[in-house]
Amino acid sequence: MSSTPHLPPVAAIAQKTVTDMLALGRRMDDRGLHEFREMKLEVGLIERACGSALINLGKTKVMVGVKVEEGQPFPDTPGEGVLTVNAELVPLASPLFEPGPPNENAIELARVVDRGIRESKAIDLKALCIEQGKKVFIVFIDIYVLDHDGNLIDASSIASLAALLNAKMNDYEIENGQVVYKSTLRPLPIRDHPVAITLAKIGKSLIIDPSLGEEQVMNARLTITSNKDGRICAMQKGGTGTLTVEEVRQGVTVALSRAPEIRSRILGAVGM
Amino acid sequence: MNRQEVPIELISTDGLRIDGRRLDESRPIKMEVGVLDKADGSAYVEQGKNRILIAVYGPREAHPKHMALPHRASLRCRYHMAPFSTPERKSPAPSRREQELSKVIREALEPAVLSEYYPRTTIDMFIEVLQSDGGTRCAGITGASLALSDAGIPMRGLVAASAVGKIAGRIALDLSDAEDKQGEADMPVAIMPKSDVVTLLQMDGNLTYEEFERGFELAVRTCHEIHEQQKTVLKERYLAIKEEVEEKSEPRKEEE
Repeated sequence: MSSTPHLPPVAAIAQKTVTDMLALGRRMDDRGLHEFREMKLEVGLIERACGSALINLGKTKVMVGVKVEEGQPFPDTPGEGVLTVNAELVPLASPLFEPGPPNENAIELARVVDRGIRESKAIDLKALCIEQGKKVFIVFIDIYVLDHDGNLIDASSIASLAALLNAKMNDYEIENGQVVYKSTLRPLPIRDHPVAITLAKIGKSLIIDPSLGEEQVMNARLTITSNKDGRICAMQKGGTGTLTVEEVRQGVTVALSRAPEIRSRILGAVGM
Repeated sequence: MNRQEVPIELISTDGLRIDGRRLDESRPIKMEVGVLDKADGSAYVEQGKNRILIAVYGPREAHPKHMALPHRASLRCRYHMAPFSTPERKSPAPSRREQELSKVIREALEPAVLSEYYPRTTIDMFIEVLQSDGGTRCAGITGASLALSDAGIPMRGLVAASAVGKIAGRIALDLSDAEDKQGEADMPVAIMPKSDVVTLLQMDGNLTYEEFERGFELAVRTCHEIHEQQKTVLKERYLAIKEEVEEKSEPRKEEE
């Protein structure tokens, strides 16, 4: 059951400062309203994973690992590989995180990232079929939040795409229904590059890439994931507040206009 | 049940959908309130083959006590699908989808409830999907807001929800399950029609900005229509109660 969260109290003065400055078009860290924090993206840090990425988005730190394993297809898609996205809000990342199975925030995070990748058809799942209806490759994307300073959705989505582009799997041949691996490697069949951009509404302002301090005073958030053709492939409103119809339109426009720049930075980080 | 094996024309040559609807036509909704005896408020919604029962309990004492918030009521929501609600049996254990939907539905209703009137209590909403046919979260939200109102909980306004999608390359209102499975996009929208603000927005699929804008406008317009129906249903309920009370009080007058 989902309940209204117990949030740590935010000092009224902190709340007021963020809101008042935004009303003047300024942010606490001197960023523009539609400006991302400094982003550092590294790939291939985890040798045991097929692909991995570590993103530093301001002080937010998220690691994503990609593993590819053999498994069974879903009955309704017998000729397609399987995509599985999971997110862990690791307790070392924030005083707000506790050990235990993924809570609704972790589930929402994983599912929003999943929808972006799935709906943009970023992974060619048909190319991951080994034997129709019997054996396919499962792509596991594991999101590991290591330091939570806000905007986990964008950080996770960027790192997930980077890890997918970084991932390599062994070449293989099928002999008598068995998969025989070769020593040569090949990249995963990645066909699109979805980018999620989250806007937070504070007062009457819509800002990009909210920090934790901004998230704690925000009214609502809106995430828009778009593909390389500039089409929308996933959206998610979050938070207990509301957005006007005009704010939604404006948010989508801003997200669509900023996505190409983020996409080219991801491609740059993986050497594409 | 393989989507490659059974290609269905989603839109016929005369522009109608599988069930004979136009592209901008919603399935008729049947709403009823006060359908459960024990709940403080309840509602039943039917739309297509969707059959959804909603109960609201509260405001009531928070249990366990640490659940309580000092300055407002805590809203709780469970969206759940019955094992027999889908073509293949669904495990009754809450799936990740149901957990996410419970969260977004709660967030869709939070702005409507005057929760600050009832500190330290909980208001619980239970949404049981008895049969699903696409668009259950929207029907659930529409019904939950009726059930909250039926429970007499003060609200800023009702919440109405509707989904739009894309089938065979065209924007269509209120996708059924069959259309959603083969369609190219689905976008559920919930608004508070009184103040015209969006309380839920999700989307998956593939839409250009123009398609999004057209679909979004269509969904918002439909939410306003659903809102009119919600008001009618609530008024009818109050009139029925009024008549019931008057009937009961009449014989007593004769005795005097």
